[in-house]
Amino acid sequence: MFAQQLINALSLGSVYALFALGFTLIFGVLGVINLAHGAVFMVGAYAALQAVVLAELPIWAALVIAFIISGLVGLAIDILVLSPLRKRDAPHLIPMIATIGVAIMLNSAAQGLFGADTLRFPPGVVPDGSIEAGGLHITAVEIGIIALTIVIMVVLLLGLRRTSIGKALRAVAESPRAAALLGIDVEGLFRKTSFVAAALGGVAGVLISLYANAVYPLMGQPMLHKGIAVIILGGMGDIRGALIGGLFLGFAEVFAVAYIGSTMRDAVAFGLLFLILLVRPTGLFGKANERKA
Amino acid sequence: MDAFLLWFDEFWAVYSNLVLTLGINALLALSIWLTLACGVLALANAAFMGIGAYAGALATLNYDSPFALSIGVAMVAPSLVALAIGLPVLRLGGVYLAMATLGFGEVVRVVILNTESITGGALGLNGIPQYTQWWHVLLALVIVIFVLARLHRSKTGRAFEAIKVDETAASLMGVDLRANKLLAFVLGAAIAGLAGALNAHLTFFIGPQEYGFDRGVEILTMAILGGVTSIIGPIIGAVFLTLLPELLRGLADFRLIVNGFILVAVVLFLPNGLWDPARFRRWFGSGR
Repeated sequence: MFAQQLINALSLGSVYALFALGFTLIFGVLGVINLAHGAVFMVGAYAALQAVVLAELPIWAALVIAFIISGLVGLAIDILVLSPLRKRDAPHLIPMIATIGVAIMLNSAAQGLFGADTLRFPPGVVPDGSIEAGGLHITAVEIGIIALTIVIMVVLLLGLRRTSIGKALRAVAESPRAAALLGIDVEGLFRKTSFVAAALGGVAGVLISLYANAVYPLMGQPMLHKGIAVIILGGMGDIRGALIGGLFLGFAEVFAVAYIGSTMRDAVAFGLLFLILLVRPTGLFGKANERKA
Repeated sequence: MDAFLLWFDEFWAVYSNLVLTLGINALLALSIWLTLACGVLALANAAFMGIGAYAGALATLNYDSPFALSIGVAMVAPSLVALAIGLPVLRLGGVYLAMATLGFGEVVRVVILNTESITGGALGLNGIPQYTQWWHVLLALVIVIFVLARLHRSKTGRAFEAIKVDETAASLMGVDLRANKLLAFVLGAAIAGLAGALNAHLTFFIGPQEYGFDRGVEILTMAILGGVTSIIGPIIGAVFLTLLPELLRGLADFRLIVNGFILVAVVLFLPNGLWDPARFRRWFGSGR
C-alpha cells in the first residue's frame, strides 16, 4: 500500500514538475510571472487530442504536435505581448496582468471551438497494459510520465550547463543588460525560452490529460495554482527547484489524501507554501540576492 | 419627468445589482490600492473579503444582529486575522509576499470548505437577508474614499509613499516600516471585509469558491488597470472591469475573447493604467 502510494506520488509529482519547469524558466529568464502558462498547458492537451482523434496519429506524434503548437503559442505571446512591454521597461506586475488577458482569450477560444464539455482520449491511445509486481500496479501512462519527465529534466540541466546557449541563458537570467553588453542576443534568447517553456507546458498538458483522461477548457487553472506553489517551494527561477518542488508537492498531496483525507488535498499545497515561506522567505533553493520580481 | 422616472424604475429593476456590484468592486480595488500605495504586494484581499462576508452573514443569520453590527463584525474579523498573519508575512518581499498571501487565501478557502457545521462547506450559506441598499454602498464608498484621501495626504500617507519608492531610504529616514506596512495591511483587510459583507447581504448566497485565486487576481487587475498613481484609478478600473463583460454581451460567444483582448490592449497601450493624469495633460493640455 505504501509502495503503491509512492508510485502514485512519483507520477503526480512528475507532472507538477514538468508544468512548473516552463513556468520557472519564464520567470527565471524573462522575469515574468506567466499566468497564461495554464492556458498553454490546455492548448497542448487539445492539440494532442485533435491529432489523435482527427488525424489518427499515434500518441508519440501527438506529443510532438502538442510540443510544437503550444511552443508556437508561447512564441506568439512573447512577440505580441511580452516583447513590447520589455521595450517599454514596464514594471514587473504589468506583464503579469497582460498574461491574465491572454489566458482569458485562450481559455474562451478553446471553449468556443471545442465546447465546455470534458473530452476524453479514445481508448487504446496508450497501451492499457500495466505491470503488476509484488502487489504494485503501474500503468503505462505512469511509466511514460515518469520516464519523460526524467529525460526532459536531464536534457535541460545538461543543456543549461554544457551548451553555449545554456551559458548565455544563465548570463541573461543573472542580468539581461550585462548579457547584452557581452554581445549575447538577449531578445533571441527570450524568444527561444518562451518557445521551449510553453512547449514543455503543452507536453505536461498532454500527460496529465492522459493521466486523468480529461480535457476541458479550464483544465489549466488548478494546475496554474499548483505551479505557483511549486516554483515558490523550489525557489523561483530554479530548474532543480521546479523538479524537487514538484515531486515534493506530489508526495505531500498523495500522502495527505491517503492518511488525512481527500478534502485536505488542496490545503496541503498552499498550507505548505505558506509555512515554508515563513521559515525560508526565498523558498527551498532561492538565493538571497534574488533579482527582484 | 414622469417618463424619466418610469425609465429609471425599469433601469433600476434590471440593473440595480450591477450598479451595487460596481460600488462593491470599487471598494475592493481601493482595499488593494491601499497596500500597493505602501509598496506591499499582498494578494489576500479576496480572502479577507470572504472572511468578512462569512462573519457578517453568520452574525445576521445566527444571531439576528442588526445590519450595522453585522457590518462591524465583518470589518473587525478580517482585521484581526490580518493583524495575526501580518507580522510574520510582511517580512517577505516582492513576489514572495504575493505568493504567501495567495497561499493564505487558499488556506482560508479550504478552512471554509471543511468547517461545514458553521459555514455550510461547499454548499455555502443560503438565504442571507438582502439588507444592502444602494445608499449603504454609496455611503461606504464615500467614507472609504474620504478616509483614504485624508490618509494619503497625511504624515502616514507620506510614509507609505516613501516606503513604496525606496524601503531602505525610508527606514534610514526613521520611517517605521513594520508599523506602516501593518497599518496598510490591516486597514485594507477591513475595507475588503466591508465589501464582503455588503456583497453577502446583496446576493442572498455566498460560497467558498467566490473568494479564491481568481477573485484575488481580479481585484489586483482592477487596481493596476485603473492606475495606482491616484485614488481615482482603482475606482475607474473597477467600473471598467465590471462593466466590460456586460457591454460585450451582444457578442455572445466571443465576449470573453474580446474581454481578454481589451485587457491586453489596455496594458500594452496605456502604460500607467486608464487613469493617468500625466497622459491627460499631454493629450488635452497642448493647446495652452
